[in-house]
Amino acid sequence: MTARPLLLTGGHLLDPSIGLDGIGDILLVDGVVASVGGSIAGPEDAERIDCSGLHVTPGFIDVHCHLREPGREDVETIATGARAAAAGGFTAVCAMPNTDPVTDNQAAVGFILAQAAKANASRVYPIGAISVGMNGVQLSEMGEMVAAGAVAVSDDGRPVVSAQLMRTALEYARTFGIPVADHCEEPTLAHGGVMNEGIISARLGLKGIPSESEEIMVIRDILLARRTGGRVHLCHMSTWGSVELIRWGKERGIPVTAEVCPHHLTLTEERVGQYDTNAKMNPPLRTQRDVDALIAALKDGTIDCVATDHAPHHNDEKNREFADAPNGIVGLETALSVLLTWLVTPGTITLSQLVEKLSCAPARVFGLPGGTLRRGGIADVTVFDPSAQWTVTGSDFRSKGRNSPWLNATLSGRVARCIVGGRQVHAIDALT
Amino acid sequence: MTVLGKDLLDLESLSVAQITAILDTAEPLKAISLRAIKKVPTMRGATIVNLFFEASTRTRVSFEFAEKRMSADAVNVAISNSSVSKGETLVDTARNLEAMKIDMVVIRHQASGAARFLAERIESNVINAGDGTHEHPTQGLLDLLTLRDKWGSLQGRRVCLVGDVLHSRVARSNIHGLRKLGAEVAVCGPRSLLPNGAEAALGVTVFDRIEAAIEWADALNILRLQLERMTAGYIPSLREYNRVFGVTRERLERAPRDLLILHPGPMNRGVEIDSDVADGPHSLILDQVTNGVAIRMAVLYMLRGGRPELAAAGMAAGD
Repeated sequence: MTARPLLLTGGHLLDPSIGLDGIGDILLVDGVVASVGGSIAGPEDAERIDCSGLHVTPGFIDVHCHLREPGREDVETIATGARAAAAGGFTAVCAMPNTDPVTDNQAAVGFILAQAAKANASRVYPIGAISVGMNGVQLSEMGEMVAAGAVAVSDDGRPVVSAQLMRTALEYARTFGIPVADHCEEPTLAHGGVMNEGIISARLGLKGIPSESEEIMVIRDILLARRTGGRVHLCHMSTWGSVELIRWGKERGIPVTAEVCPHHLTLTEERVGQYDTNAKMNPPLRTQRDVDALIAALKDGTIDCVATDHAPHHNDEKNREFADAPNGIVGLETALSVLLTWLVTPGTITLSQLVEKLSCAPARVFGLPGGTLRRGGIADVTVFDPSAQWTVTGSDFRSKGRNSPWLNATLSGRVARCIVGGRQVHAIDALT
Repeated sequence: MTVLGKDLLDLESLSVAQITAILDTAEPLKAISLRAIKKVPTMRGATIVNLFFEASTRTRVSFEFAEKRMSADAVNVAISNSSVSKGETLVDTARNLEAMKIDMVVIRHQASGAARFLAERIESNVINAGDGTHEHPTQGLLDLLTLRDKWGSLQGRRVCLVGDVLHSRVARSNIHGLRKLGAEVAVCGPRSLLPNGAEAALGVTVFDRIEAAIEWADALNILRLQLERMTAGYIPSLREYNRVFGVTRERLERAPRDLLILHPGPMNRGVEIDSDVADGPHSLILDQVTNGVAIRMAVLYMLRGGRPELAAAGMAAGD
């Protein structure tokens, strides 16, 4: 880290973690925040970047994405994923372990970190598998994975079916102080389902996934966290019932945290339309009642943070019959704009709350560095224009994936710069 | 643009006028099948592919007769000898067929939405001959025609679909078509075989007991119970299904009025319907089959730009 000092001048500094909300400068030296707020002269050799008209916030952190490497380098690599993250303002992302082979050992964790270092873009934190091969049977070697750099464990993509395995995972992970992130889905109820069970699935003749398949696992995990004292993190919450259960758990002081994805905050099952596979994901898009409850839960802290569940797929895989298309959408490069357009612009949440949910909270939940512009903290900074308009075409995505439900939508908010460890990894000089 | 547009994919998106036009067009076409020479030249030169990804006898044969009686050239492509088994995607199959310069595809596929998927990707007309558990519009239309023949109008008539509504494309097409033409629609069956929240989702009344449905209805459309529903755990046994939901003569005899009986076939006699009922005086089951050919002729004719008001005259001229 021998980059030149970086001085961002005249931007609107916004950081709820230290109560920062106003015009000012920030100086980044040797990978850390050297000074923040007010007018900063800075050293002679500093690179000066005019940020007037832009917001300057702690870098966003995505605790849930799929970078596909190793195994499906045709749809994403750690490098393309890390560049997509930077383009979306995420200075750090957590990569889920459902790769091929599964990230279930220290060597695999080391591989991801090595690839990320070469990518020279956003930070990538590996998440290790809960069970060997994500087979739901035998605990993986969490201690070694944490020592190698894993920040959490999860079998995401699959639920932890065995309650006993979930219990022991929560107990065992306590030793290393990492959360156990669960994909909540009761598999016998969800079996064969391809969209939310409701009015639309009945009309389209598609097998539904009932809300209860998520909620049964949510309450199971909360109860096991109560029993064990282990920290459970609930991935991609999608139903109002889950919100009520999490609230119940938090009121009792049970160590549970939760995330919600931009699509579950802004789209409903109606978006499936006539079998649009870019509206197919798991958990599925639900109803307006669910969307409203998730937004309220995000605001009141019942749900801690936003995560993208970025899941690139090849166009050939999505361009087929709905039931046979894979689940998932890309999200890294649209998350900020989608939330600005649908939640901040109408006044549902404030820009400060958005920064809290995209940056401060995920850092706290996963115990990661960053999430703050506090002096001495790592120099991970996102600079964006909340009102710049752009139309999503997919062709300018850094991700290899084009599977977005927002193709052709015009969104507000563009990332101008993404700074990781005091170095720019993404920069656009003219935003519109 | 024809009355129907490019494709016939479902009844949910058709207007009352479009449905009525198809039924009105089918009416004079019935006569063709009664002639000694059952053929008119209306669709001479048109090439049609019957693309069946699922086994079907009745629907495929019905379409084939309709095509032949309209003088179209039809080719049957069945799953057993299609390239799908070699891993070709539906989109590639479609493009290859279109490269052979065809005019129309009749598709039967196990995936809901497959017909629309195809229609959005090729220029040819597409007719949905059943897509997954979504719709089977020509079956819905022939059921409407059969009931309209008996009643003159469906307005205010009560029709109950009995059985596995959850997995039935026939049920969905019937529900949309019947409601559009003014009928009241109910469903009856074990709740495990009805869509959760069917009332709101499909605009139907739900009867838990077949006795109550029979008391209410003017007609029953009895759905085929797929035998695999039992092994999949939706119902305990075929025996119990027959005892609780089977349409039997004894049950019908207690009805306050004579009920018309429809069944899309193939029947499981002694399961969802007893032979006394299937072969009884109020059964329209064979009328349905006869009307199926006329409905399919009408749909072929209209999608190729034929004008409904000229159907009778046009067919006569081709005699």
